[in-house]
Amino acid sequence: MTDSLAISKFSDLANPTRFLALAARILPWMAAATAILFAIGLYLSFTTEGDYQQGLTVRIMYVHVPSAWLSMMCYTVMAVSAIGTLVWRHPLADVSHKAAAPLGAAFTLIALATGSLWGRPMWGTWWVWDARLTSVFVLFLMYLGLIALNRAMDDPSRAARVSAVLILVGFVNIPIIKFSVDWWNTLHQPASVIRMGGPTIDQEFLWPLLVMAIAFTLLFFTLHVMAMRNEIWRRRVAAQRRMAARMAGREA
Amino acid sequence: MTALLLRDLKLSVRAGGGALIGVLFFMTVVAVIPFGVGPDLNLLSRIGPAIVWIGALLSALLGLDRLFQTEREDGSLDLLLMQEHPLVLTVLVKCLAHWLGNGLPLVIASPLLGLFMNMDEVAIGATMLTLLVGTPALTFIGAVGAAVAVALPRGGLLVSILVLPLAIPVLIFGVSASYAAVEDPAPFLPPFLILVAITMFFAVLGPLGAALALRNAGD
Repeated sequence: MTDSLAISKFSDLANPTRFLALAARILPWMAAATAILFAIGLYLSFTTEGDYQQGLTVRIMYVHVPSAWLSMMCYTVMAVSAIGTLVWRHPLADVSHKAAAPLGAAFTLIALATGSLWGRPMWGTWWVWDARLTSVFVLFLMYLGLIALNRAMDDPSRAARVSAVLILVGFVNIPIIKFSVDWWNTLHQPASVIRMGGPTIDQEFLWPLLVMAIAFTLLFFTLHVMAMRNEIWRRRVAAQRRMAARMAGREA
Repeated sequence: MTALLLRDLKLSVRAGGGALIGVLFFMTVVAVIPFGVGPDLNLLSRIGPAIVWIGALLSALLGLDRLFQTEREDGSLDLLLMQEHPLVLTVLVKCLAHWLGNGLPLVIASPLLGLFMNMDEVAIGATMLTLLVGTPALTFIGAVGAAVAVALPRGGLLVSILVLPLAIPVLIFGVSASYAAVEDPAPFLPPFLILVAITMFFAVLGPLGAALALRNAGD
C-alpha cells in the first residue's frame, strides 16, 4: 500500500515539529546543491559564446528566463497549497502559500527588471505594453495584493483561508501569461525552449540556460523551506508571547 | 430570491444614495480628464471610449466594499449563510442587485459623458453596449474581493487593489470593441464576443469564489 503510505507521510508533516526536523535535515543539502549548480551555471553562462547579433547582452537571458519561469511556478505552488488549505485543511499548506508570496514577488521583479534591461538595447525601449509584459506585471501586482491581504489580518488561519480563495481565482492569469505570446502578436518572442517539437534554441545557449533554470528552482525551494520554517517559528514566538502576557497578568 | 433582490435594490436606492454617488464619481473622473490633457476636441474624441471605460471601472470599484459589509455589520450575513438556498445563488442574486443599483446607472449615464468627450453616435452606442455587457463582469470579480475583505475594518482600498488586476481583461476587450466600432478595418464582433465570454465566465467563477470566501471569513 504505497499510496496510503504516501498519504500518511504527508499528513505526518501536519505536525510542525516533524516538519522542522525534516527541514533541518535537508536544508544544508539543498543549499549546497544550489550553490554548486549556481557555480556551474554562472561559469557556463560567462564562458559560452555570445550571440552573433546580440553580443554580450544575451547573457541576461540566463537570469531573465529562469526567474520568469519561476514567477509562474511559484504561483502554481501557491495555488496547489491553496487547494491544500481549502480541501484538506493541511496546516502546512497555510504556511506554504504565505511564505511563497514574497518569493514569487521577488522573482517576478527580477524577471521584469532584467527583461527591461535586455529590452533597452534589443528593442530600443525599456517597456512596451504588449500582452506578455502586461500580464507578468499584473502577476506582480497580484503577488503584492496577496501580501497586503495577508498582512491586513490578525488571525493567521483565517487569513490563509481567505487568501487561498483569492489565489485560486487569480490562477486564471497563469495560462494567459503562458500563451500570451501565441494568442497575440507580441514584441516578446514566442516560447523557444518548452514547446512541441523540441527546443529551437541553439545547444550553445541551451545548456547554461537549463543549468541555471535548475539552480534557480533549487534556490526557490531552499528559500521556500527556510521561509516556512521561519513562519512556524514566528507563530510559536507569538504564541509564547501571548502565554507570557497571560501569566504576567495573572501574577499582577 | 426575488425578495432578496428587491430588498437589496431598495437598500441601494434609499441608503444614502449609493448609486447616485457612483454616477457622480463617474462624471467627476471623466470631467477631470480634459483639464489634464487639454480641451482639444479631436484628441478627446479619439481617447473618449477609453476615458469613459476607465471612469466606469473606477466608479464600479467604489461601491464594492459595501456589497457584503453592511450585511455583516447588522448581522444579516449570518442569516444568509445559514439559509437552505445554496450560498452561490444568494451571492449571484446579491451581485445582480448590486449591478442594477450601481452598474446600470453608469451605463445609462455614459452617453451623456460621450457627448462631453465629443464622440460620434456610433462610438457612443458602442461604448454604451460594451459597458452594458462588461460591467456585470466587474461586479462579479469585485464580489470575490468584497467577500475576501469583508472582515477587515477598512477593506475598501484593499478591495480595489485586489480586484483591479483581475479586471484588466474586461477593460482591454471593452475598449478594443468600442474602438473597433469606430475604426473601419478592425471587426467589432470578435472583441465584443470575447467580452461576453469573460462576463459569462466570471458570472460562474465570481459567485463561487465569493461564497467560498464568505464561508471561510466567518468567525
